[in-house]
Amino acid sequence: MVGIIAWGAYIPKYRLGRETVGWGTSSGRGLERAVANFDEDSVTMAVAAALDCLGEGNRQEVDGLLFASTTAPYAEKQSAAIIATALDLRRDIFTADITDVLRAGATALKSALDAVAAGSAGQVLVVAADTRQGPPRSETERNSGDGAAAFLVGSDGVQAELAGSHSITENMLDNWRSAGDAFVRSWEDRFATEEGLERIVSEAVAGFLNKHGLTPQDFAKLALYGPDARRQSRLARRLGFQPDQVQDPLFDQLGNTGVAFPLMLLVGALEEAKAGQLLLTVSYGDGSDLLSFRTTDSFVWERRRRGGLAGHLATGRTLENYETYARWRELWTTDEATRRPTPAAPSVSALWRDNDKNLRLYAGKCSSCGYVQYPAQRVCVNCQAKDDFATVRLSDRPGEVFTYSMDYIAGAVDLPLVVSAVDFQGGGRIICMMTDRELAEVRVGMPVAMSFRKLRVVNGIHNYYWKAIPRRFEDED
Amino acid sequence: MRGIKDRVAIIGMGCTKFGERWDASAADLMVEAVYEAYADAGIEPKEVQAAWLGTVSSFRTGQPLAEALKLDYIPITRVENACATATDAFRNASYAVAAGIYDIVLAVGVEKLKDSGFSGLAVPEAPGSDVTPPTPPPAQFAMAATRYFHQYGISYEEGKHTLARIAAKNHHNGALNDRAHFQQEVSPEQVVNAPMIAWPLGLFDCCGVSDGAAAAIITTPEIARSFRRDYVLVKALALSVGAFGALRSDWDFTHFPESVRAGQSAYQEAGIANSREELDLAMVHDCFTITELIIYEDLGFSPRGRGSDDVAAGTFSMEGQLPVNTDGGLKCFGHPIGASGIRMIYEVYKQLQGKAETRQLKKADLGLTHNLGGRPGSFTCSVAIFGAAE
Repeated sequence: MVGIIAWGAYIPKYRLGRETVGWGTSSGRGLERAVANFDEDSVTMAVAAALDCLGEGNRQEVDGLLFASTTAPYAEKQSAAIIATALDLRRDIFTADITDVLRAGATALKSALDAVAAGSAGQVLVVAADTRQGPPRSETERNSGDGAAAFLVGSDGVQAELAGSHSITENMLDNWRSAGDAFVRSWEDRFATEEGLERIVSEAVAGFLNKHGLTPQDFAKLALYGPDARRQSRLARRLGFQPDQVQDPLFDQLGNTGVAFPLMLLVGALEEAKAGQLLLTVSYGDGSDLLSFRTTDSFVWERRRRGGLAGHLATGRTLENYETYARWRELWTTDEATRRPTPAAPSVSALWRDNDKNLRLYAGKCSSCGYVQYPAQRVCVNCQAKDDFATVRLSDRPGEVFTYSMDYIAGAVDLPLVVSAVDFQGGGRIICMMTDRELAEVRVGMPVAMSFRKLRVVNGIHNYYWKAIPRRFEDED
Repeated sequence: MRGIKDRVAIIGMGCTKFGERWDASAADLMVEAVYEAYADAGIEPKEVQAAWLGTVSSFRTGQPLAEALKLDYIPITRVENACATATDAFRNASYAVAAGIYDIVLAVGVEKLKDSGFSGLAVPEAPGSDVTPPTPPPAQFAMAATRYFHQYGISYEEGKHTLARIAAKNHHNGALNDRAHFQQEVSPEQVVNAPMIAWPLGLFDCCGVSDGAAAAIITTPEIARSFRRDYVLVKALALSVGAFGALRSDWDFTHFPESVRAGQSAYQEAGIANSREELDLAMVHDCFTITELIIYEDLGFSPRGRGSDDVAAGTFSMEGQLPVNTDGGLKCFGHPIGASGIRMIYEVYKQLQGKAETRQLKKADLGLTHNLGGRPGSFTCSVAIFGAAE
């Protein structure tokens, strides 16, 4: 049996919403969308969703990682390799970025299932994330949200069995973004909707139903891509699905999360599913990929500690003003003349050497005296024993703030910068930045978790590291 | 181990006006400080047999000192050791004299920070993977303040007020010093209400960024007697380098082991049993007010956790039992990193000679200087002790 073993999601903490001053709600709709913090991108969100999916599971069993996005940080340089390293997966795995089209998430999921079915991998992790951007105050900006989904697929311990798939490829420019463009472009709306989305998806769904001898009535839930609420519900009707069959597209809470969108809706469907139900996920972009799953008879969804789709949705915070968001996206340039000079680009050889320290967040535990020290040392800080350490991964250990400060002169974004000394359960201390924080909640003894973030981009080098965040879910300890 | 006590003496010193010296290059500052020291000692430039130049970022080698002063092909070593740079240049120069290699040497500390175009401290770092928080020193020391308040159950308001009294004290002293960068008094209320730099530290909790230079001429006590009667004797030169606190999850952020160790080592070398009782004055590294508070405890001036009580009692004011930073400290001089250590020695030297003008203490026979470089958890600390000639 090939199918989904586990799933997870990530939605950034912050929202643009009705209370956000300067955020266009002229239409009167109660539109809310999730937006990545200034230090988040598709790679960091993919890591967060993957951690949500993996939970306490054994990461050593993962044989492959596929990352799907239209907003990978590099045009040349694999993102999956960054994600696999941050997740501390094995070295002898296959990794790939599946990019450039909105249906890439479903394509990645299908490819992973195919690899398992073919026997070339036992377990494959699929992560889809997007942070697509439209011009300021454009319809694309109003409709888009940021988010990520992750699935662990395999043949043992399957919760939702693959029930079938279907694909169509049709070359079409309805949405596109060339290398070097900051914003997504679109052709005339009616062409994109009627000749693109509706015609192609209808053909794909019909092809799938015919192939498998099914009707829309056979499905408990449809996880359907759509650019906005109106077009998505119209499309569902045209496909012959009843409103109660359509998985809540969350347009009023999340926004269209691009490549991740149909997969996040599938996570939502799984979180609400019962045993023995048929689910369908439909993607769109230069054609369509469809995948159908049947929850097993022993299906149980255990709420995972990091919260899944529902948990992340419920823990948002609305930004006070659009200017903050504009600053995060560098739509609003700031005068840094009186600020600290821009740091030099990191040394690439040092970055490579520090993969274990920076991305895997490995500490060393002295085999002689047991002292946990970060970064890992050659000579023990406690007993001076040399080169005799076990590895301890700190990235998924809960911690507590030992002390902190709030720096008002550190830069122009996210002031003040909260710097914290965090003590981990089981030993080890890190001095790191804190993000996603509300100043009023920061205190000595505050419970925190580690979150993978982008520190800065210099010379085209995206430098990732871990920061402390206030624990988002009660049961994280 | 013989130690340095009474084996070398200072016979001349110079110190520039510290501040935003838009008018002066680093070379100009060195000329200013060294020629004052020549005149103070009454020596000719050609009598200097070797020199040590302390600077963190203004120069890379000893050569600029030779170029500025036209020294006569003598050996010059550039020393860099964070905020202890100048004191370490002085220390190495002293050791060369004590070893009998040279009779008369020169130690210079200089820093020209104000050409960076940035109002904070801009010191380039070696290439690396660059993931440590991009925080300038205020945020690093502020973490010590947060923890100090927490550990001793001090409310934010109480803690801020204690720190403010330290700033006000140093400004009071600096207002009496025409070489200081800042020469105005500030009230504790001004300090408390100043704009926040790195919570809980505000503007007046932080020292300034300045330009400056200071110089000392060092010789043996025997030779010193032939120059002047009021030479100053070196009693101790200690240096402690640590990088362990940051790796230890049992380190408390409220004491700096490097200061403790350098202090103990200096007291032993100088034969001091009770620093608070025996010292007449101390110039300590008040880069931030919280640093000075913690130093009181690290150097044994105050019991652990009781520094606030001594601040409230005025123990470290000009009239107190142990005046600290009588020249105004880093608070008023700013911190041209490579110059600060010798600037502190300059004040002790003048006090011990009875030449500190309006700042002159009634009794000044034994004085201490202290520098702390790096960040909480990883410091280079120097402690030096000086005594008046017998």
